[in-house]
Amino acid sequence: MLPASEIAVRQPEPAPEPAAGSPPGNVPDRAWAVLLTVLGLGVVVTAALIVAELTRIGAPALGHAGVKDFVTNTTWDPTRDLFGAAPYIYGTLVTSGVALLVALPISVGLALFLTEMAPPALRSIVSFPIALLAGIPSVVYGLWGLFVLVPILRNPIEPFLSRTLGFLPLFQGAPIGLGYLAAGVILAIMILPTITSISIEVLQTVPGSLREAALALGATRWEAIRLAVVPYARAGIVGATMLGLGRALGETMAVTMVIGNSPTIRASLFAPGYSLPAVIANEFAEAAGDMHTSALAALGLILFAVTVGLNIAARILVRMSRRGPARVAA
Amino acid sequence: MTLTARRAANGIMTGLCGLALVVALIPLVSLLWLVISNGIHGLSLDFFTALPAPVGETGGGVGNALAGTLYIVGVACLIGVPIGVGAGVFLAERGDGQLGDAIRFTAEVLSGVPSIVVGIVAYGMVVLPMRRFSALAGGVALAVLMVPTLARSTEELVRLVPQSLREASLALGVPQWRTSLKVILRTALGGIMTAILLAVARAAGETAPLLFTSLNNQYWNWRADQPTASLTVQIFNYAVSPYKDWHDKAWSAALVLLLLVGALSMAGRLLSRSRLR
Repeated sequence: MLPASEIAVRQPEPAPEPAAGSPPGNVPDRAWAVLLTVLGLGVVVTAALIVAELTRIGAPALGHAGVKDFVTNTTWDPTRDLFGAAPYIYGTLVTSGVALLVALPISVGLALFLTEMAPPALRSIVSFPIALLAGIPSVVYGLWGLFVLVPILRNPIEPFLSRTLGFLPLFQGAPIGLGYLAAGVILAIMILPTITSISIEVLQTVPGSLREAALALGATRWEAIRLAVVPYARAGIVGATMLGLGRALGETMAVTMVIGNSPTIRASLFAPGYSLPAVIANEFAEAAGDMHTSALAALGLILFAVTVGLNIAARILVRMSRRGPARVAA
Repeated sequence: MTLTARRAANGIMTGLCGLALVVALIPLVSLLWLVISNGIHGLSLDFFTALPAPVGETGGGVGNALAGTLYIVGVACLIGVPIGVGAGVFLAERGDGQLGDAIRFTAEVLSGVPSIVVGIVAYGMVVLPMRRFSALAGGVALAVLMVPTLARSTEELVRLVPQSLREASLALGVPQWRTSLKVILRTALGGIMTAILLAVARAAGETAPLLFTSLNNQYWNWRADQPTASLTVQIFNYAVSPYKDWHDKAWSAALVLLLLVGALSMAGRLLSRSRLR
């Protein structure tokens, strides 16, 4: 969930800084300034602690297997101290990929509909259910996924897909329901509000004059969107997508409940798999020994590094697109 | 392309985008409807107050899990609110320099860290040294999740306080710290309470960081150094169990959780609305 407040444009405030001019001998003011600075630094300390703790706990396993082997090995057997993260990385990427493929067109379409096509009143009405969708706890999504989505996928959706698209390896195999596809679909539902709300924000920064110019030249509304609005907002929409992807990669409970929890690599989307957050959730509390705990923390470290990288890139893109025309749009 | 074709393309794309709205709302409606319809008949006074019953026994509830969620979230507030709000005030009042930018950026990035990762960190910081799972560990994990959001929203709210208020106070000779506390924070208080309630609502719905910090507990617990039940972990355990009556309890517990989260967010929104008038 990403409340709009987190990514809202910060108002530039060229306010004078009276604090800087406070008299040097004023002890309570000094103390107050120090207290605020310490609390502010608390945020940075928190971040540093996260990195330090993950590295501290995860290092033994990474050292034991070697980083490259840890990432590429496919066998995960804690009883033999064999830790290969490949099935989990694969499952995380596949489910997030499915989620993006499903969620992106719907979210962008929805954002375009609400900003460009629908009457403004509808936008304020629809913003409530979108916020609601973002506020539902992930374990409730998991519950719904397990008892509603999975049976629907098992029959009729997966048999239908294998009848029509069964020539692709993606859609072969037994329609179990639990698996990559179920996890991908539930992730799509969960990241939809993120991508939609940020895209709406980005689209609202597109100057009206661009639209008007296109319309005045005789473009239909869709042509104005395609030729004037979307190119301007492209970088921001890409950023919104990356934030959604970051959320999908780290989502734990809903995926754990519907992915099937099988540490294997399969081409078929119908097959049960596993993901990084899911294996941490399932095994951490009952880890068989320190090396197992360490290996799980190393998985967490990988997850952390990837999501932080994505977040930084995404936020830079969203900021750039707010600042002006799509300079960065390739 | 002829005008007809272009008009048709316009119509088709408008239709597709409108369809996206319908597609997006289907899961929401289905989820809310099923949680209510599947969960409602399990609700009784007992469900809110009783301890969980063993498999096969009728009755039983999520009283201790509900209390545990509130307890863990309370611990999280004790740790997270001062840091989050303080950091936000810092950013708004003295955060125009490089340090402010660094903190702001860190907060933004932290808000994207997966909650399960935060759980590992709380495990390393609290569970390992104490050698036991505890409500405190769960609280620390949730606090870490609350801080970035709180800092960002507090900053925005404090920046909304008119500069003239601050100047008036300082001109009267009120010291900086009193101005911050009694004028600025006081004015922004309603908004900050809203931000806190929304952060609490979000924290109450977290499962992943509690799985190996506060763990679970079949009984009532009021000690911060003991494993503690939570609604979310209880829902997870019931849902993945093989028993039909536990599945029913998962739906009922999910309804209770949605009511709790909904009530907290609603209270937050009402508060900010009444303050604005």
